[in-house]
Amino acid sequence: MRYGEIIHRCFRCGYCKFTSDYADFNCPSYRKYMFDTYAPGGRLWLIRAWLDGEITTSQRFQEILFSCATCANCVEHCPFGFSADLVNIFIAAREQMVNSGIVPPAVRDYLKNIYISGNPYKEPTSARGSWADGTPIETYHGQDFLFYVGCVGSYDERGKRIAASVGRLLVLAGVSIGILGHREICDGNEVQVLGESGLFQFLAEQNIALFKELGVQKIVTLDPHAFNAFVKGYPGLGGDFEIYHYTQLLAPLIQSRRIRLAGYNARITYHDSCYLGRHGGEYAAPRAILQCIPGIELLEMEQSGENALCCGAGGGNFFTDILGGGEDSPSRIRVRQAVNTGARILAVSCPQCAKMLEDASKAEEVDDRLEIMDVAEIVLRALS
Amino acid sequence: MHDLTTSLSEIVGHRYVATTPEECYFYARDPGLMPAHEPDYVVVPKTVKQVQEIVRLAVKENVPIVPMGAGMTLTGLTIPLRGGIVIDLKRMNRILAVNEKARYVIVEGGTSHGVLKAFLERHYPRLRHSIPDAPPTSTVAANVMIHGQGRLSQQYGFNSDMVAGLEVVLASGDICKIGSCALSPEWFSRGAPLPDLSGLFLGWFGATGIITKMALKLYPGKKMRDVEIFVTDSEDFIPDIIYELTHTEMVEDINIFAQPLPMLFKDNHHVVIYLTGDTDEELEFKRKMIFDALEGFIQRKDGGFMSLAAGIQHTLLEMPQRSASTFADVTKGGGFEYSGPIIVVDKYPHCARKLAELASRYDLAYNATARIIGRGHCMMFAFSFTFNRADSDMMDRARHALSEASEFVLSVGGVFWKPTVYEQRMILEKMHPQTRSLMQMIKANLDPTGILNPGNWEIT
Repeated sequence: MRYGEIIHRCFRCGYCKFTSDYADFNCPSYRKYMFDTYAPGGRLWLIRAWLDGEITTSQRFQEILFSCATCANCVEHCPFGFSADLVNIFIAAREQMVNSGIVPPAVRDYLKNIYISGNPYKEPTSARGSWADGTPIETYHGQDFLFYVGCVGSYDERGKRIAASVGRLLVLAGVSIGILGHREICDGNEVQVLGESGLFQFLAEQNIALFKELGVQKIVTLDPHAFNAFVKGYPGLGGDFEIYHYTQLLAPLIQSRRIRLAGYNARITYHDSCYLGRHGGEYAAPRAILQCIPGIELLEMEQSGENALCCGAGGGNFFTDILGGGEDSPSRIRVRQAVNTGARILAVSCPQCAKMLEDASKAEEVDDRLEIMDVAEIVLRALS
Repeated sequence: MHDLTTSLSEIVGHRYVATTPEECYFYARDPGLMPAHEPDYVVVPKTVKQVQEIVRLAVKENVPIVPMGAGMTLTGLTIPLRGGIVIDLKRMNRILAVNEKARYVIVEGGTSHGVLKAFLERHYPRLRHSIPDAPPTSTVAANVMIHGQGRLSQQYGFNSDMVAGLEVVLASGDICKIGSCALSPEWFSRGAPLPDLSGLFLGWFGATGIITKMALKLYPGKKMRDVEIFVTDSEDFIPDIIYELTHTEMVEDINIFAQPLPMLFKDNHHVVIYLTGDTDEELEFKRKMIFDALEGFIQRKDGGFMSLAAGIQHTLLEMPQRSASTFADVTKGGGFEYSGPIIVVDKYPHCARKLAELASRYDLAYNATARIIGRGHCMMFAFSFTFNRADSDMMDRARHALSEASEFVLSVGGVFWKPTVYEQRMILEKMHPQTRSLMQMIKANLDPTGILNPGNWEIT
């Protein structure tokens, strides 16, 4: 297995489970299950036992491995020299499991749907760009930026509304963007983190070829997960493009007043997406946008920035739902953390986070006092 | 077995009961070198009532139970030597009350040092507790259960000396309160002016009861903290250096480290001196007193103060020190264990020489770490060996070296801290017979069916 030479080096000290100030456990799967086996150290020790034949590919071990949200809290807080590879090790173990053909049914179904339908929803490719109908967003024909939306923004009802908001806002700001519509292909980020490296390579190569054929040089993504795939996974396969998350484009435009805001009176707290924050290193841009809106009071949750608790969508869990359900699910804990700030709006910059947290706010029965909004939706509200 | 699983599920909920090979594998081990032994069940209770019901069930079914915090002793004290139920207490992690003026906190039995530290920093910045250098996931209750030490042990003794009250679930399943809390709503004393019954539980590793709540004394948290290192190239000077330093009463904590790598460290003994203050003037005054106390050593060219680079200063001021954990990866192998005897400070030179000899003979990377306890009444001296988990030969060598260290420690009058079951047997063999009988009597009365962490403190 890749990284096989380092998995024995975990001391299982548990720093990986915490925030940097140790105020709380911050590993989403550990928060839910509370057995050490579901924490990064436990996973590492079990992967080693599994490779040594001391445990089998049981349903429990599959759950332990695939409940990891790949949120990189462990990467951030593990004190050892190999910390940067922790998530990569878990993905490598998943690859090994995928290659053996034994994975949880939800993982198998997700990968199969991508393979057959090109998206996890089994929706027709022709419908991929329908979210843009009625918007001023054009198909890509050489504009400055390719606006890459991804599967959630293309097919999920909540994701589609966010995609349209972001697209409208970029057009309004005078950014030259175009979408691929029915020609868009899954970016493969979740395919890769779920361990199907062959399918990821296939998708990435298809995307890279299409981008090059169309002359794309700069890409702005809706979804931080796609942002991650393009930044981290594509260059090794020949896909060197200039990549932005949409908040990175919007922030300077708003700061330089190219988008004029009337104001919006609201107490808002911001949830960092793991793939924009810990994976992408971008914590400032979404906050800069919110702070530019007159009338907004930005309140930070106790766990924020590099210490933000994952909503539980990462690592493919948005689709497989292995980590969801129950009052100890990370999304519900995160909603409670947001409520504790006194904010009325929980802002996000990821359609997966939006969907997870919206469902969680309903489960927590606080949806009447905590609205889940994408940063772009808040900006649009401030315009009007 | 199925019936017990069902019963446990009825107590804590099925999600928090595991009999699966994965949990049995993991909870059979700790990061040290003791042999694995699998539990039959792992449970993660949330309430004291659940712990009581688990204990009653275990007694009824005659199944062993092993309470566990973070399982970080390295000496196998939470390895279920006879199988049975491991009770992982980490869901019981609430901080229940703080009496700011009386300077104590009441926590649940699974509350971690990290969580307590963060809580105090956020809500009571003028209060602090004696945090050990164990990882922050280590629990307050488990740490006092093993007579751990921390940042304030130089001033106030073992962390267990700072206990101000206990709530314990006995083998009967009943709750017993120890200290002022037995008759008062306040948890300010674990014994005095009553008979101090805390000794029935502290140091017993859960073999006499399970701590479900405890009060811990808190101390003034100063605004500033600094560190100095005094270096000497002779271990023989250490006892006198410590005597002079502790006489000043100006020092927060004193640690000593010696290790062969990096090369500049070789043959040197680093006395790490921590000081705190609320103002620059206070800190400067203390620093002057400390420098004056060691002036004679400097004049005789027996040692000197090191100038500290920002990096090392930051490392040393961390609480807990991450470097205490990352020592495990010196050989790129993820493991270390230490025999950490409590000795009188005079024995430092003997132990330092023995450690270097053992490391050389067994070809092991090593580190000597010592912490002064109670102004020099004694010290913890760690014979630490790092090992590679993927190298069974190196692990065997480390086991042999630790075993020899243990024998040596007893020969120089030391007492094991958090002893392995092997070291417990050595202690009991050497112990005064009436003391052993008293321990036997206590154990027999508090755990008549022998289900509480069996194998530990077992007197036959």
